[in-house]
Amino acid sequence: MSDPGFIRKYIFSTDHKVIGIQFLFSSLIFMFFGGLLAMLMRWQLGWPGSPLPFMEKIAPAGMPGGIMVPEYYNMLFTMHGSIMIFFGVIPLLVGAFGNYLIPLKIGAPDMAFPRLNMLSYWLFPIAAATVLAGFFVEGGAAASGWTAYPPLSGLKETMGPGQTLWAAGVVILGFSSIFGAVNYVATIINHRAPGMSFHRLPISIWAMFTTAVLTLLATPVLAAAMILLLLDRCLGTSFFLPAGMIVDGTPLAHAGGQALLWQHLFWFYSHPAVYIMILPAMGFVSDILPNFSRKPIFGYKAISYSAVTIGAVGFLVWAHHMFQTGMNPTLGTTFMVSTMAVAVPTGVKVFSWLGTLWRGSIRLTTPMLHALGFISMFIIGGLTGVFLASTPVDMYMHDTYFVVGHLHYVLFGGSLFGAFAGITYWFPKMFGRKMNDRWGKTHFWLTFLFFNGVMFPMFILGLGGMPRRIYDYTQYAGLVHFAPLNRMMSVSAFCLMATQLLFAFNFFRSLFKGEKAGPNPWEATTLEWETPSPPPHGNFAKTPVVHCGPYEYSVPGMKRDWQMQTEKHA
Amino acid sequence: MSHFHQTAEMLLPEAASTYAPQVDRLFWAILWITGFFFFLVQGALLLFVLVYRAKPGRPAAYLHGNTLVEIIWTIVPAVILLFLTLASQKVWAEIRFPKQMPTPAVQVEILAEQFAWNIRYPGPDNQFNTADDITTINQLHLPVGEPVLIKVLSKDVIHSFFVPEFRVKQDAVPGLPTQVWVQATRAGQFEIRCAELCGLGHYRMRGFVTTEPAVNFQEWLAETKANE
Repeated sequence: MSDPGFIRKYIFSTDHKVIGIQFLFSSLIFMFFGGLLAMLMRWQLGWPGSPLPFMEKIAPAGMPGGIMVPEYYNMLFTMHGSIMIFFGVIPLLVGAFGNYLIPLKIGAPDMAFPRLNMLSYWLFPIAAATVLAGFFVEGGAAASGWTAYPPLSGLKETMGPGQTLWAAGVVILGFSSIFGAVNYVATIINHRAPGMSFHRLPISIWAMFTTAVLTLLATPVLAAAMILLLLDRCLGTSFFLPAGMIVDGTPLAHAGGQALLWQHLFWFYSHPAVYIMILPAMGFVSDILPNFSRKPIFGYKAISYSAVTIGAVGFLVWAHHMFQTGMNPTLGTTFMVSTMAVAVPTGVKVFSWLGTLWRGSIRLTTPMLHALGFISMFIIGGLTGVFLASTPVDMYMHDTYFVVGHLHYVLFGGSLFGAFAGITYWFPKMFGRKMNDRWGKTHFWLTFLFFNGVMFPMFILGLGGMPRRIYDYTQYAGLVHFAPLNRMMSVSAFCLMATQLLFAFNFFRSLFKGEKAGPNPWEATTLEWETPSPPPHGNFAKTPVVHCGPYEYSVPGMKRDWQMQTEKHA
Repeated sequence: MSHFHQTAEMLLPEAASTYAPQVDRLFWAILWITGFFFFLVQGALLLFVLVYRAKPGRPAAYLHGNTLVEIIWTIVPAVILLFLTLASQKVWAEIRFPKQMPTPAVQVEILAEQFAWNIRYPGPDNQFNTADDITTINQLHLPVGEPVLIKVLSKDVIHSFFVPEFRVKQDAVPGLPTQVWVQATRAGQFEIRCAELCGLGHYRMRGFVTTEPAVNFQEWLAETKANE
């Protein structure tokens, strides 16, 4: 094969591995940026109204004299949420790992549609540029929350052009996700190596498959909602805008729309999106735990089917975000039942992971620490969800910091620890070198500590009745006593951000100076560890033939304690 | 038990409505149950990591699962969640189902707008939008011990009427008139906090609730009307 040249090889590449790594770098950069936005929020919450002089130069309108204005704060949490979800966690877990791992783990040379795959990546920076362009227009970027509830988001009177750019960018990103998902589904169904039956797939692939199906079914609904919002904003339609609104003393001409329609459509995507953001992480953990416990996964079928069950029931829970909207209360009951039901397969997963550790031979490497951190933190995210599922308790907790705490335990404690586990585990495969283990462990422990330092007190704030998305909580006499707690959270948040520099340093240093990793540094069983690190174009010298399941560790009678999926054992 | 009550007071603002204690009981039930599973899982995790750390000469067990155990840890949480669902439904129906709402002694309309709460009482004729209506801004007065029906409306964007001590939250959605009832159990002063992002002044969309004996409440109404 002729050398395709640098640009075709590393920039406009159709190789799933290059595309995966492109998603990895892009999403990590966006997450870093999203984290910085959160730091500004924590500054305002820790020391309301205190000047941050250097910010005057960066955001003269948002922070005149270095003092934040309320609109700017609203923009910060909107963009923090949007960037973290749309340009951070989803592209990292699904874009980076899905692309990188699926062909390697099923024994395929590449994705089913490599050029579609390239398009899926290149829509991503276009979408990001569209959303981020909001920072440079009149009135700044979108500021109606990542949930963008109309009428606030749907009116030119209440939200400037930044909101239009936001909705347009999300539509573009939606197409990126859909193209990726088509590819994942087609590849997993059609391109498995001989012998790789569904029940021999690594759990991470089950998770990616479920995720891709969720993406395929849910994202078009989000795109439709965004397009209707754009029409309301730009062409004066009234899909989400009811009659009789009076904004700033001026009656509006809109009529016939329904504000709650948006919430149904938005959450029809965005609740499955939560599973899109957690299932892959659960998959990584299910691959990593057996390896570092040197033991087959406990209840393979239970774990893989529970991923599918979570995906299926995940489509029936969306209106639990809407219990207190004035929606028919009987409908609230229905969604409470389905939401409680989701906890069952989730519990099965957690217990099965514990069963995997039980009587194992545990190696506490950096990826294993992150995987254990995932379980430990995800439990808090999951259990706090039960409070919110209970409709009467939700009447109190809804839209308070309790929800903010809950979602961060799921999306940071869950998805991000899962992502760190995945990065540290597959880094040697991706780049041929190991990451430094001591720095990796230091990064883990500090992240674990400061994460809890900033997120756990959110439950206490929520129980105290502190609403989310408020610029200055000291407006409320009943919340003033939370000042010391808020300052402590802010200090933890700054330390948490600083700790990520340690990760970045370790990541980039290891790229060039890390110890060389052979094809299988973790003594793992699945197909990606059969090929050199990093794998060549086309992945496998010859198509692998699969003879056993993905987690055959400590098989009695074998000389070494792992059996590759391509190995036969008498 | 008194110790837990003290903790409760630290965590939750002191209850001030008839259904607030029921909501709190559900909260505590869920906290106990999830707390049990929290310690069970975290404890097992820690224990297994300590006990089963790799040691030379001790191989890991080769086993793929155990059907009985898997059935147990599917059924037990399912039963507990079913119990929680039923318990929640009972309280939910009492608060939200129109059929179970008590006959209101007082009605009040709250029209939310950026960034204030317009409060309107129907006056002696018990009809809204007539000449004898009594209106205030950001000042909601309620009689203690009488069920009050609150009609919640919005003039512009979505807001949310939230009084922590009542454990009540009701979104104010333009184009969708809704209602919620509350019966105050003690006299006091509470804050209305807007719980749905409504724009740049969302954080200062604050109102006040004064609960007082019915006699004082009627006096206040008359006084407010006189001052209009």
